[in-house]
Amino acid sequence: MKRFAIPAAIVVALAFVPRLSVDLPYVFQGGLNTPGTLELLALCLLFGGLALSYDLLFGFTGLLSFGHALYFAVGVYIAAIAMTRWHWDFWVSVAFTALVGFLLAIVLGAVSLRVAGIAFAMVTLAFAQAGSILALKNPYNWTGGEEGFGVDYHQLPTWTVGILNTKHLYWIALAYAALVFAVVRWAINSSPGHVWQAIRENELRVQVLGLRPYTYKLMSYVLASVLATIGGIVYLLLLGGANTDVTTASFTLTLLLMVVIGGTGSRWGAMIGGILYTFANHRLGDLSSSHAVSSLPSVIRTPLQQPLFILGVLFILVVFFVPGGLTRIGQVGARLDRILRRPAVQEEVT
Amino acid sequence: MSTFLLLTITGLGLGAMYFLIASGLSLIYGLMGVLNFAHGIFITVAGYTLWFVESKLGDVPVLPRFLIAALAGLVVGTVFAALTELVLIRPLYGRHIEQVLVTVGLALAVTALVTAIWGSDARVVAAPGWTGQTTTIFGAHIPNDRWIEIATAVIVLFALEAFLRRTRYGLIVRAGVENRAMVTALGIDVRKSFTLVFAIGGLAAGIAGVLYTLYSTTVDPQQGTSLVIFAFIVVVIGGLGSIRGTAWAAIIVGLVQQYANYYASSGLGDLSVVLLLGIVLIARPRGLSGSFA
Repeated sequence: MKRFAIPAAIVVALAFVPRLSVDLPYVFQGGLNTPGTLELLALCLLFGGLALSYDLLFGFTGLLSFGHALYFAVGVYIAAIAMTRWHWDFWVSVAFTALVGFLLAIVLGAVSLRVAGIAFAMVTLAFAQAGSILALKNPYNWTGGEEGFGVDYHQLPTWTVGILNTKHLYWIALAYAALVFAVVRWAINSSPGHVWQAIRENELRVQVLGLRPYTYKLMSYVLASVLATIGGIVYLLLLGGANTDVTTASFTLTLLLMVVIGGTGSRWGAMIGGILYTFANHRLGDLSSSHAVSSLPSVIRTPLQQPLFILGVLFILVVFFVPGGLTRIGQVGARLDRILRRPAVQEEVT
Repeated sequence: MSTFLLLTITGLGLGAMYFLIASGLSLIYGLMGVLNFAHGIFITVAGYTLWFVESKLGDVPVLPRFLIAALAGLVVGTVFAALTELVLIRPLYGRHIEQVLVTVGLALAVTALVTAIWGSDARVVAAPGWTGQTTTIFGAHIPNDRWIEIATAVIVLFALEAFLRRTRYGLIVRAGVENRAMVTALGIDVRKSFTLVFAIGGLAAGIAGVLYTLYSTTVDPQQGTSLVIFAFIVVVIGGLGSIRGTAWAAIIVGLVQQYANYYASSGLGDLSVVLLLGIVLIARPRGLSGSFA
């Protein structure tokens, strides 16, 4: 049972955060148990889990998808529509949303996995774009168009509504992160999980061994998508509404940034990447309006106002110098060595 | 009939823009195996350079001012593309996924930088008056900028074909698309053609960026990204690495989008393009031209 001890201890420790009134100056704007801080922490945990669900595809199966946002958006939008427009019961809406995410992943996965590599990336991007357009076009006035819409809070469980209940939302987000972690851990240690990693390393060899990579890739795709759909429902609870930001291609790209910055193909790496990225994205914005930054010359100040600029540059630096992500920063030296002494042309064996 | 004609010409104009963007993407992918997510940035950079130069030349008459600004946009777009290859792509040769990741990071960072400097609102570009007027043909009032877009795309198509078929560098690029290792083995430094192809792609994308300012008369930080997504679809439908396949796919996508938007319902055009992609992938997973790498 030792293998479960560390993650379990971390979850228990994090579960006590809403009980702490410690003030961490500069890190958070208020005490740990204030609703603002808890909301930010909940978002961090949610995106930690979501990033890990993406890493199941990218890091563990070697599938570069640019359409993961679609399933997250399905979670946000379908649940919100079911509760607000159709006045369905909360748990019925949740079950229905998960079912939609599951079926959609099977259909779209079956089509897009017909192509591999970069073409797969483009096809998933196109499907996600279709979802994004659909949300923007506001069919039957369901999606609220560009502005999105707030969920009908009468349908939500009362213990999730209101600023005083933020700690419950935090626990939901923590439970989601723990769920994704446990599922991913169970999945990649199962026998299909070993095939996924074999596909990532050498798909041809898997085929030669008499297995159908297509089926296994579809399994990985569907599992990751359903996890993202559940994440979307959690996001809806946290934010209390749906907006088009979560449908865009840029949203999937930010997931990619999280996973690569943290470290691909590693459970902790993806999760920590998601947490760090979300934290930086929110706090850098506050930082740029702080006194220390506003006194800087505008050449430096202007780029600092856009967290995505800093995170994009950080991402490029990580790709160049820390290919294993920040959680494997110890290997930087070897990497620098390789760049400085690289051969004239590196040809891949085809 | 006149509506149909208007839709056709407009669809071709849109297809022309898609071709200009997708041809560069397709060439870069065919030769280097890099899906260049930063391609939309070349459009944005060219568009913003145009707007910036134009706003600095306040008292020059509008036509020469636009032409100078457009030329500046093209030069900056091309140089930016070549620098992207030299600085960011070159050190990562042979590692395709990392190259894609770097272009993703560049796309996000530059979009954020442009937003930080000039804001997220659209900026108005003054286009020569004639391009905003319409020409009447068989009862259809067709905006003049559509003609420029179509003519430019045709010229670029022929220029690209001539370059690839008739010049020594074009020969190296074509050979590189077929078999890069063999070209290297013959003692040709194929990396020079990588930079060249990036510069050509940047130039074509820059032309698209300039033409898009005629089409929309504005520039905004997101437009490059939204255009490039349709260009990706065009590239996949056309078959990666094929210029002619790209041209056909661009025409089909542009027309389908316009017809569906008008005859079915507004907004359905974009969705039907995605549907078209799904059908093509099921029927011909290698795209129309079938020259999938």
